[in-house]
Amino acid sequence: MFRRTEPTDCTVFWDGAALPAKRGETLAVTLLAAGITHFRDTAVSGAHRGPLCLMGACFDCLVQVEGEANVQACMVAVRDGLRAGPQHGARDLDDAP
Amino acid sequence: MTPDVLMPDVLVLGAGPAGMAAAIAARGQGLSVLLLDENAAPGGQVYRALQRRDAADAQERRDAADAQERRDAADAQERAGKVLLAAFAACGAEARHGAVLWAVEDGPRVFWSENGAARSAAPGRLILAAGATERPMPIPGWTLPGVMGVGAAQIALKTAGLVPDGDAWIAGQGPLLWLYAAQALKHGGRFAGIIDLAPPGVVSRALRHLPAVLRGADYLAQGLLWQRAVKRAGVAVLAAREVAAEGEGRLEAVVFDGQRHPADLLLLHDGVVPNTQVTRAIQGCRHVWEQGSWRPELDGWGNTGSPGVMVAGDSGGIGGAAAAALSGTLAALEAARQLDRITTERRDAQARPARLSLARHRAVRPLLDAMFPPRPMAAVADTTILCRCEEVSAGQVRGAVALGCLGANQVKAFCRAGMGACQGRVCGPAVHGAIAAARGVPGEAVEPFRTRFPTKPLTLGELAALQA
Repeated sequence: MFRRTEPTDCTVFWDGAALPAKRGETLAVTLLAAGITHFRDTAVSGAHRGPLCLMGACFDCLVQVEGEANVQACMVAVRDGLRAGPQHGARDLDDAP
Repeated sequence: MTPDVLMPDVLVLGAGPAGMAAAIAARGQGLSVLLLDENAAPGGQVYRALQRRDAADAQERRDAADAQERRDAADAQERAGKVLLAAFAACGAEARHGAVLWAVEDGPRVFWSENGAARSAAPGRLILAAGATERPMPIPGWTLPGVMGVGAAQIALKTAGLVPDGDAWIAGQGPLLWLYAAQALKHGGRFAGIIDLAPPGVVSRALRHLPAVLRGADYLAQGLLWQRAVKRAGVAVLAAREVAAEGEGRLEAVVFDGQRHPADLLLLHDGVVPNTQVTRAIQGCRHVWEQGSWRPELDGWGNTGSPGVMVAGDSGGIGGAAAAALSGTLAALEAARQLDRITTERRDAQARPARLSLARHRAVRPLLDAMFPPRPMAAVADTTILCRCEEVSAGQVRGAVALGCLGANQVKAFCRAGMGACQGRVCGPAVHGAIAAARGVPGEAVEPFRTRFPTKPLTLGELAALQA
């Protein structure tokens, strides 16, 4: 799918699993580089989705970041130790930080 | 926390070539400038992460001092970008990154979110330079994870050095497709194949006339010449009319010409369209339908019909990076005139070089537009999804038209197309085109999706932090 041509320098956690990352790249890129394309399940049918545009327009890369729901993975710069996971359907009010 | 409303002479939205050039030119006239941009650093999409890549490429360039490569179009484009970035950094504009604009009211009054709090400003003039997005390319299976835009892959390459590998395919048409393919190959990427969906024969016929037209023109046009470079590099380029993505829960295969090929990445491209999400929500900004998408109606300086609101760059009509910067300069000079900093005569004199250059860059557009007409929405299968957010198919949109739905705004009530999280950003041209085709009328006969503020999602917490 994709292959990195530059070294990584930190670790982020996706659903608890450690992934190599490069500081400052977006979380969406970190996931794609690890071969992960399933970012969320849609609220309408539950279908799997991943990013389309990587520039903040499509809202198909929604994930949970540090407990916050519906975050665009393509707009979040990663840092060491960042914790994130997939967004399942719509945001649950009980999930509010 | 500053209770005072910010009152810059000029507020610029977007730090791409148009926004940066507008900021530089406005500062050159002594205007105060506040620039808002969603991204972490200036450059927009075309010059994204240019400074970062500069460092990464330095060693590679020293190693491979390839004179031919230095002359190529992408390098020329990068040089122009570096000049612009340096001038922007030195111009004295206040740049706020990670700032997401979500409303423009009469005045103009501008609202945005930044660091989890809403802010507002009342600038003398507002210059919107929101750039372009990729035209949606609805094919069967395009919502499967693993199907992305060519522009997305280009961002992954520019910002983090990700290159395509394994069962990676490209499908579509247009100069940016070839530009990306060439960039990816140069950085060690590999493709299983490129599925060329351009109308047969058009490219080769036009290419014969191109070099004379294009000498010195912008990268959009020069990108065409990359097509030859990619073919020479040995990548399989396969002409087809249709393509489909298949898989369970993720992309597993691409299908074209009746054959199924394994795939884990499919990059789609059917050209770019102006980002009119904000201008369509502003009262008084009229839009015209052109090349299968909307663009705001502007005068020669970038003025919209809404007092104090101007548009520069690709969000006012696709022209590429060089043309975008020139239109940014023109808009800033006009803003300075409207704010009584320069006379009309002085504005005209200072604008002359930019205007001449802009005319030269725009001369190539009719040729490109003729070569790459948008893929017709009438040909999209009924079962193919148009609105990705609400999962509305082309058949559902056509069904609404059959029930008497005349326009894009009505179709929302019929089937929710365009009402999801992206607010019609992605599907807009596709839903619009499908309605027009189903009605048998030209696109301009259907009114555009009306967008509404907030044009980006906003939390109540952010809103609560807004100072009066």
